[in-house]
Amino acid sequence: MNFLETFRVSLEAIMSNKVRSGLTMLGVIIGVMAVILLVSIGEGARVYITRELSGLGTNLLIITPGKTTTSGGFHPPSAGTVRKLSYDDAQALKRRAWLLTDAVPIVFGTGRIKFQNLGRDTTIIGTTPEFQRVRNLFNDKGSYVTQADVDSKGKIVVLGTKVKEELFGDQNPLGKVVLLSDARYRVVGVMRKKGTSLGWDIDDVVFIPVTSGQELFDTDGLFEILASTPRVEDVDNAITQIKDILIRRHAHKEDFTIQTQGAILSTMNTIFGVLTAVLGGIAGISLLVGGIGIMNIMLVSVRERTREIGIRKALGARNRDIMAQFMIEAMTLSGVGGIIGILIGVGLALIIPEFVDVLPTSISAWTIITAFSFSAAVGVFFGVYPAHKASLQDPIQALRYE
Amino acid sequence: MIELSNITKNYRMGDVDITVLSGVSLIIKRGEFVAIMGPSGSGKSTLMNIVGCLDRPTSGVYRFETKEISTLSDDELASVRNVKIGFVFQTFNLLPRFSALKNVEVPLIYSGVPRRERRERAMPLLEKVGLSERMHHKPMELSGGQQQRVAIARALINNPPLLLADEPTGNLDSHSGEEILNILSRLNSQGVTIIIVTHDQNVAARCRRKIHMIDGMIIDDRMSP
Repeated sequence: MNFLETFRVSLEAIMSNKVRSGLTMLGVIIGVMAVILLVSIGEGARVYITRELSGLGTNLLIITPGKTTTSGGFHPPSAGTVRKLSYDDAQALKRRAWLLTDAVPIVFGTGRIKFQNLGRDTTIIGTTPEFQRVRNLFNDKGSYVTQADVDSKGKIVVLGTKVKEELFGDQNPLGKVVLLSDARYRVVGVMRKKGTSLGWDIDDVVFIPVTSGQELFDTDGLFEILASTPRVEDVDNAITQIKDILIRRHAHKEDFTIQTQGAILSTMNTIFGVLTAVLGGIAGISLLVGGIGIMNIMLVSVRERTREIGIRKALGARNRDIMAQFMIEAMTLSGVGGIIGILIGVGLALIIPEFVDVLPTSISAWTIITAFSFSAAVGVFFGVYPAHKASLQDPIQALRYE
Repeated sequence: MIELSNITKNYRMGDVDITVLSGVSLIIKRGEFVAIMGPSGSGKSTLMNIVGCLDRPTSGVYRFETKEISTLSDDELASVRNVKIGFVFQTFNLLPRFSALKNVEVPLIYSGVPRRERRERAMPLLEKVGLSERMHHKPMELSGGQQQRVAIARALINNPPLLLADEPTGNLDSHSGEEILNILSRLNSQGVTIIIVTHDQNVAARCRRKIHMIDGMIIDDRMSP
């Protein structure tokens, strides 16, 4: 008995009870659909985060004060600091760590900026001119923080576009005086519009010289030093170099932490990979339930068709012919269910981001192939037992079965 | 053609062994027309199942065309049933979802005959049993006599040398039963060996050889003149 013939017989059995076959398939359809949809959402989140982070540059190094043993993730600024990082540390790195293109000292915090009767709470970043190059943020009008401003603790401020719009509207802000936590600062520039990244509005920020920032936040340390290498391959050597220089300056103690953008990226990748796996696993359970539905129906079907099995055996069907007939029936149910599930799952994954902004989705061929193989495997796995049971029917008993 | 020697068959029902056949020996030659008779429980159906390769004896030797049946595997038995033996049952045993034509084709599916050839072989057989008009009807749409004729066509599709009929007229009115017996007689005259299990004297009267069974043993075996 060839495959095509067996397939025809199985198809005939499926079509002869459309409602039941449809409901059986529904279990698999929902399972496959859930797998594809949830994995797409998990993948979408991962791809989104990865793209945003690598957009900042994977050749970036972040040096924070305090020693932590974790290899990535975010830390609250200055947590558990033993010895602060100083402006001089940054200068030393800039002078002596030749593998680094930049070493940018940074202080930051939130504060209130006021112009006439308008005020706004915003992020204040104290930094040096190199910040622009490292983070790829440039000013649109006027100028940025200059080295002279840093050296002289100049009371100048560069506004993010959102801050500018809120406080000045259509007016030209250049040369105007604003109050930053009650200190008078002169506006010298406005940044180029950048939008939101990782939930942080890059336009809702103001820049001041790092030295002025230390005064403003009343600290003599830095919150972090942002460094960059010309090439990603130099990152590891640069870390060694930074350690050498800083440990010597810090009384032979490694009381700082160097994070690389790459490490953060891979941590994020891992976190979202796990998230995706968990989502997929949960959806996989529903696929498993669908498979049990198939087994259930196949067992009923075998029982119902006991007599048919007996007749076929009497007429010369071998055990494996009967086995194949029921296996193909189960696999067709799960296979067709799988295909329909893929179509609906992919369709929803494409439609959902159109309506829900916060749910980016990413459909990969890999997801589809896995979901389909899994559903086919479910068909095989849950089809084997009923089919085996069918094939072992004693023809005499089966023929007598009413 | 068929040689049974000292065949026994026991079933185990719970803790009790039930002997259905106790030492049956029988030789049936090619071209014979045999009736096996006896009351219910006499073992005639079990004997039929063993002869039909649906069941294996507990002990004893069964030779079919020189082949020792008790040593064959399940698959080999299936192949013997498929090619060498045609079955006609009291309850017809047609596949309800298939048309008459498809039902006749079923054994050929398992012989690996391609679709077109199956059709070409099934159609003339249905014509031969007088059902050329009803080939595409499903069993439910046919009368009992017609269904049994479909079953006979199906039994003959592989030109088997042996036809086994278990109470073939048991579910039919006398007129239809008569028709079926006529078909069987004609087949026998064309050389097909036929064994009928029945307890109907009228059916047995059509057979040349009558075997009586009681309690799993043959008590009488005679040829009509």
